[in-house]
Amino acid sequence: MILNIENDLNRFRQIVKGRVRKDLKRYMSSGEIIGKQGDKFVSIPLPEINIPRLRYGKNTTGGVGQGEGEGDEGDKVDGAESGSGQAGDNPADHLLEAEISVEELAEILGEELHLPRIEPRGRKNITAVRDKYTGVARVGPQSLRHQKRTFREALKREISGGTYNAANPVLIPRKEDLRFRSWNSKTDPQSAAAVLYVMDVSGSMGREQKEIVRLEAFWIDTWLRANYKHIETRFVIHDAVAREVDRDTFFRTRESGGTLISSAYMLVDSLITEFYPPDEWNIYLFQFSDGDNWSAADTRTCVDLLKNRLLKSVNLFCYGQVESEYGSGQFYNDLRGDYGNDERVVLSKIPDREAIMGSIKDFLGKGR
Amino acid sequence: MLEAYFRRSRRQLPSELEDARQRIEGIAKQHGLDFFDTIFEMCDYDEINMIASYGGFPTRYPHWRWGMEYLQMQKGYEYGLQKIYEMVINTNPSYAYLMDNNAFVDQKLVMAHVYGHVDFFKNNAWFAHTDRKMLDQMANHAARVRRIVDAVGESATEQWLDTCLSVDNLIDPFRDHIRRVRAIDYVEPPTSASSHKLPAKGYMDPYINPPAYLLQQEQKAQAAAERAKKFPEQPERDVLGFVLEHGRLNRWQGDILSIVREEAYYFAPQAQTKIMNEGWASYWHTKLMTEQILEDAEVIDYCDHHSGTVAMRPGQLNPYKIGLELYRDIEKRWDRGQYGKDWLECDDAVAKRDWHRPTNEGRAKIFEVRRTHNDVTFLDTFLTEEFCRRVGLFTYEYDRKSGEYLVDSREFTDIKQKLLFMVSNHGQPRVLVTDGNHANRGELEITHQYEGVDIQLEWASHTLGNLAQVWGRPVHLRTKIEGKDAVLHHDGEHFAYEGPKLIGAKK
Repeated sequence: MILNIENDLNRFRQIVKGRVRKDLKRYMSSGEIIGKQGDKFVSIPLPEINIPRLRYGKNTTGGVGQGEGEGDEGDKVDGAESGSGQAGDNPADHLLEAEISVEELAEILGEELHLPRIEPRGRKNITAVRDKYTGVARVGPQSLRHQKRTFREALKREISGGTYNAANPVLIPRKEDLRFRSWNSKTDPQSAAAVLYVMDVSGSMGREQKEIVRLEAFWIDTWLRANYKHIETRFVIHDAVAREVDRDTFFRTRESGGTLISSAYMLVDSLITEFYPPDEWNIYLFQFSDGDNWSAADTRTCVDLLKNRLLKSVNLFCYGQVESEYGSGQFYNDLRGDYGNDERVVLSKIPDREAIMGSIKDFLGKGR
Repeated sequence: MLEAYFRRSRRQLPSELEDARQRIEGIAKQHGLDFFDTIFEMCDYDEINMIASYGGFPTRYPHWRWGMEYLQMQKGYEYGLQKIYEMVINTNPSYAYLMDNNAFVDQKLVMAHVYGHVDFFKNNAWFAHTDRKMLDQMANHAARVRRIVDAVGESATEQWLDTCLSVDNLIDPFRDHIRRVRAIDYVEPPTSASSHKLPAKGYMDPYINPPAYLLQQEQKAQAAAERAKKFPEQPERDVLGFVLEHGRLNRWQGDILSIVREEAYYFAPQAQTKIMNEGWASYWHTKLMTEQILEDAEVIDYCDHHSGTVAMRPGQLNPYKIGLELYRDIEKRWDRGQYGKDWLECDDAVAKRDWHRPTNEGRAKIFEVRRTHNDVTFLDTFLTEEFCRRVGLFTYEYDRKSGEYLVDSREFTDIKQKLLFMVSNHGQPRVLVTDGNHANRGELEITHQYEGVDIQLEWASHTLGNLAQVWGRPVHLRTKIEGKDAVLHHDGEHFAYEGPKLIGAKK
């Protein structure tokens, strides 16, 4: 049954995609779509997609309601408007939200930023074995008995033997009728990735800087999720000491105090050793900082750690430097001096939200 | 034709429901309801959502908007937020769609409700000029649009449809029919006073043609000439009709605009009588169900469902509830003689409460009301102070300081005013064409009849842009912003605003 609605629906989806594509930069630099992230779908607010009509401004209208009892003047009308915060900003009766799958979003991202598909590095020989019940066999455990096939065989036998009685269709399978489900082992090339985020939460990182990191992380996740079957993300925050936290804490924590980047590198290194053996995982390390480090000595420790430990195990190490009033930005220069030409290292400066798109392109543009 | 559309045999009612339907139809007729033949169809939720997203007409022209509606309805259903129990369209015969997994008692309720709607469609004066063959007409429109798509391409058609739909509320819903061709009666206005002179001999002239009379005639002629220079002579509410007639559209564009306009006129009465229509249908489903149709075992389910239908949700006015209560109020008042001069002039609350003059005209009165009124006149005529107090109505306003909606008033006059404002012109700004040759440059000037509420500027700018596309020349919208005169201009590419300074405006 081919219905017209299919066509109209597809057209609408196309329009949504087109709109996202057109406004990708805006979506990337504003947090609008991040809170709306599900497992497979991202919900995108599309106030402009509705057809504009002459209408009244919302705030000035009000209305008539019904309520029993007291309800004096000045009482709040419960739930009259659900959206808090930005109430009245959006003219639509209901703010339109369209869903788009993570794959589609990643596809748009990839096409707009001309990102190459990621080629998992040299791990094609790593496979995972999966059992799929696709076959039928004559022997097997009773728990896998294929009832329908078994009875069909019995029926065949009875009919061909002439013993089948349509008036009294009782079938008793014999041993030779039994059929069992059987499985085939399938080997899938495994493509799993571990994404490790490191962020400086020392006093010099402000709210806006963290918001930028949050946006960056969202788009990085989106892209990597579309490229790998399985993704694990870990979050490490550090000031003078580093600790692992969950996603929520990662973007909220603000500490005061100094900055020892090496502490985070050490923690990351131990995480990799413990959970993500580099010959089984594609490892991505993203570090965000305002570029301040406690001392030149610590920076040297960092460079050593990177060279001797981390860079040997990761696909890609990305360092994004967000600019803050307090940060010196020295760490960027230090890294550039050492790794400016290294394939595995991407350095990017993110002075403001506008720069997010560019830095995502830097980070993911290598196809590693 | 629906079968052809669905590519499946029509799913008629199962025999159990068909028996119930015949019984309900019979009972409804006994009560004096007068409806078109009504064909019920069973649909699953997917189909009913689809039909609903087409506004009841699965044969409509292709447009992404239906897909959008469908997606939202689908989501609402899947999340359990909304469920369409029934849908009925205003055609002859009427088609009503029943959702196939509703309980038996729900189906009976819905059928009783549907007969109420169809009776309303058939008898309410505002529906008198709607096309009762709209299912076919919509299919014709779709065929025309598809032909245009073949000729000019999909994206051009779609863009133009979007443009036209943006201005589809600029019609005159109170017009009793669509004027499709305008009669042109052009009379050359008299140019000088001499043409008013009655023939007279010289010495009689001052008496037969006194100077005062001549002067008066000349003024009249001048006023007429002024009027004739104006274009349109009277402000015109049917902006779309005006544009169709005088705009510079090429053929396919005009064709699409006329389709959009015709469908807008077809749906206008439904928006104009929302409260009355739903109230009428609810009145009849309660009456029929509780008095004759319900089985004992179904009472609880029925009550549960019915109270869900008429429940007021916070911040929304439920047309089912208001309509139903008002019809009942009218019936009671006219049964007890609570109308007329004596009643109106009575100031004694106790006497009014106990007023009883057994006139028993209630039933006849509500039938008369459903024939002649629309929501505006319905509320204006029958909303009483006692009613507002009994039902517990209040008005609310948006409070800028707290960003919340607060109860504003429980005064009858405030409530009535607000209600009337909400239903008049469907709560949309009313605009008129005031000049079709603005500044003698063929530009269109429309004027918003300001009623104390500002229009939404951002939407207005886009809408004006679309209107400029349709008109083919710049357009101007006269309105007031925060009580001060303002003019919005759009030349098809750029938007300009003249008026009081806007605080916190985006543009």
